[in-house]
Amino acid sequence: MLEAILLTVVTAATPLLLAAIGELVVEKSGVLNLGVEGMMVMGAVAGFAVTITTGSPFLGVLGGAVAGVLVSLIFAFVTLTLVANQVASGLALTLFGLGLSGLIGESFVGQPGIKLQSLYIPGLTDLPFVGKLLFGQDILVYLSFASVFGVSWFLNRTRGGLILRAVGDNHASAHALGYPVIGVRYLAVMFGGAMAGLGGAYMSVAYTPLWVENMTAGRGWIALALVVFASWLPWRAVFGAYLFGTVTVLQFHAQALGIGFPSQFLSMLPYLATIVVLVAISGNRRATLFNTPASLGKPFVPDR
Amino acid sequence: MMRLELVKRTHKSRLMSVLSPLLAVAATVVFAGVVFAAQGQNPFTGVWYFFLEPVSSLWGVEQLITKATPLIIIALGLSVCYLSNNWNIGAEGQLTIGAIVGSIPPILFPNFVNPIVLPLMLVMAMAGGALYAMIPAKLKTVFGTNEILTSLMLVYCANLFLDWMVRGPWRSPQGYNFPITIDFHEWAVLNPVSIGGVYVNLSAPIALILVAVLAVVMRSTLKGFEIRVLGQSPRAGTFAGFSNRRMTTFAFALSGALAGLAGMMVVMSEIGKLQPVISPGYGFTAIIVAFLGRLNPVGILIAGLVIASSYLGGEAIQTSLQMSSKLATVIQGVLLFFVLAADTLILYRVRIVAGREGESLHA
Repeated sequence: MLEAILLTVVTAATPLLLAAIGELVVEKSGVLNLGVEGMMVMGAVAGFAVTITTGSPFLGVLGGAVAGVLVSLIFAFVTLTLVANQVASGLALTLFGLGLSGLIGESFVGQPGIKLQSLYIPGLTDLPFVGKLLFGQDILVYLSFASVFGVSWFLNRTRGGLILRAVGDNHASAHALGYPVIGVRYLAVMFGGAMAGLGGAYMSVAYTPLWVENMTAGRGWIALALVVFASWLPWRAVFGAYLFGTVTVLQFHAQALGIGFPSQFLSMLPYLATIVVLVAISGNRRATLFNTPASLGKPFVPDR
Repeated sequence: MMRLELVKRTHKSRLMSVLSPLLAVAATVVFAGVVFAAQGQNPFTGVWYFFLEPVSSLWGVEQLITKATPLIIIALGLSVCYLSNNWNIGAEGQLTIGAIVGSIPPILFPNFVNPIVLPLMLVMAMAGGALYAMIPAKLKTVFGTNEILTSLMLVYCANLFLDWMVRGPWRSPQGYNFPITIDFHEWAVLNPVSIGGVYVNLSAPIALILVAVLAVVMRSTLKGFEIRVLGQSPRAGTFAGFSNRRMTTFAFALSGALAGLAGMMVVMSEIGKLQPVISPGYGFTAIIVAFLGRLNPVGILIAGLVIASSYLGGEAIQTSLQMSSKLATVIQGVLLFFVLAADTLILYRVRIVAGREGESLHA
C-alpha cells in the first residue's frame, strides 16, 4: 500500500519538478515567464501526437520538448527583442498555448496512447519495496533528478552559470562587461520551454497516456509557485515538487477510501496548498530576497 | 545576419498610441488568413466568415453585444488593477463566486418574488466578487504574497465550489438528477428589450454607463490620478500621500465586484439557473480585452466588441466552413501577442540593421 502510494507520488511530482527546474533557470537569468502552463500543455499535446503518429513514446517526449521550445521562442521574441511587458506576454503565452493545444488535440481526444516504458533491471528492480521505487521508474523521472543535479552544478560551479546569474542580477553591469544579455536570456527561456514541454509530455505519455483538453490543469502555475517556494534553489524545488505530489495523491486516495467529504473540496487541496505555501514563504522575507534575481521581470534595452 | 534594434524615442509617440492596436488587429487578420489558407480554405472567404459575417445581420449584432458586455465590464475593473500594478488574473473565479452569492435569493427564497430581487441579486453578486477578490488583495498587502499566483489558484477553487453547489446542496429536485439548480423566477432574470429595433438586455446599458463613469474618473478625478501615479511609480505616489496598500485593496475590490456583476448578468440573461459551467472563460478573455483597449475605458469598449466577434467568428467558421471553433481561442492569443509587440512602437523606433558586434542570438 505504502509502496503504491509512493510510486504515484513520484508520477505526480515529476511534471512539476521538470517545469519548475526550467522556470528556475529562466528566472535566474532575470526573465519572468508566466507562460509555463501554456508551454506545458503544448508539450502534452505534441508529446501525445508524436507518440501516436510515430508509435514511439521516446520521440513523443522529444516532440514535447521541441514544442515547448518553439512556443517559448514567441515569448522570447516579444519580451526580449521587443521588450514587451513580461507579465502580460506570459499570460498571452498561456492563453495561446491552451487554445492551440485544444485545436491540435481535437482529433486525438479519446484515442488510446502508448505509455512510456519503465526501466527494468533484472535483480535490482525486483528488490522488495525499494526496487520499483528506485530502479523501476521511467526515463523522465531520472531525467528530472539529473536536471536538478545539472542545473545546481551549472549555476554554482561553472563560468556559464556565473554569467547567467550576473545577467539576472544586474543586466546593465553584465552588458557593460561585454556579456550578451539578450542571448543568455534567449537560451534560458528556451531551456525553460524544453523543460516545461517535457513536463507536459510526461503527463500525456507517462502519467496517463491520453489527451484531454487542458489536461495540465494548473500544474504550470503550481510549478511557478514552486520556484518561489524553493527561493530559486534547485534542491528545494525537489522538496516542493514532492510535497505537492503527495498532496495531489493523498487527495485521490482519500476519494478512493470514500471519506465522507465532497470530492470537489479534496480536489481544491493542491491549489489551497499552493496559496498556503506562498503565504508561508513570503513571511520569510530575508531568505527570499537574498536569492531573488535582482533584475527579475525588468525590461532591458542594450545601449550602444 | 539581420537583427532588430530598438531606439528609444524622446517622447511617447501619440500616433503610435492610436495606431498600434489597429496594427495588431491588422496583423491578426493576416495571420488568420494564412491559417485559413494553410487549412485549404480561401483566405478571403475565411476572414469574411470569421470577422465580418457574424455581424452582418441584426441577430449577429445582438449576439455580439451579449458576448461583449461581460468582457467589457470585467476588463474595466482589470484595467484599474493593471494600471495600478496589481496583477489580478483571477476574474474568472470572482465571476463565479459573485454569481453564486447573487443567486442566493432566487434559489433559497424562491417564494420571494418581488421586483426588488433583481437589484438585490446584482448587489449581492458584486459583494461576493469583491469579497473573493479580497483574499489575494489581503494576502498581498499583509504578507506580500504574489497576487498573480494566489488569484489564479482561487479560480480553480471557485469552479470546484460551484460544481459542488450544483451537484450537492443546490441541486434541483425536479432536475432529473442533472447538475442544475431550480430555474430562476421572473424577477431574477434579465429579458431582452427592444432599443431601436435591437433586442438587448439591461446588462448592455449598464456596461455603457460603467465605461462612461470610469472614463470620467480616470481622466478628471484625483482617484484616476492616484491610480496612474501609483502604477507608474509607487515611490512617487507614496510621496504624494497615496497608499499602495489601499490602492491594492481598492483595485481588487472594484475588479472583483465588476467580475461578480458580469457573471450574475450572464447567468440572469443567458442561463436562468446555475450549472457547473457558467462562463466560457470571460474572466481570462477580459485580460486580452483590457490590453487590446490599452487599459483605457473607451478603448476597452471597442476591444470588447472586437474580441466578442471572434467568439461568434469561431461558431461561424464551424457551421459554414466545418472548421474547428477552437481556432477562435488561438486567434485571441495571437492578437494579444501582436498587441503587446505593437506597443513597443509607442516607446521605441524599430530599425533593422545588418548584424555586426554586440548582441547576437548565440551566446
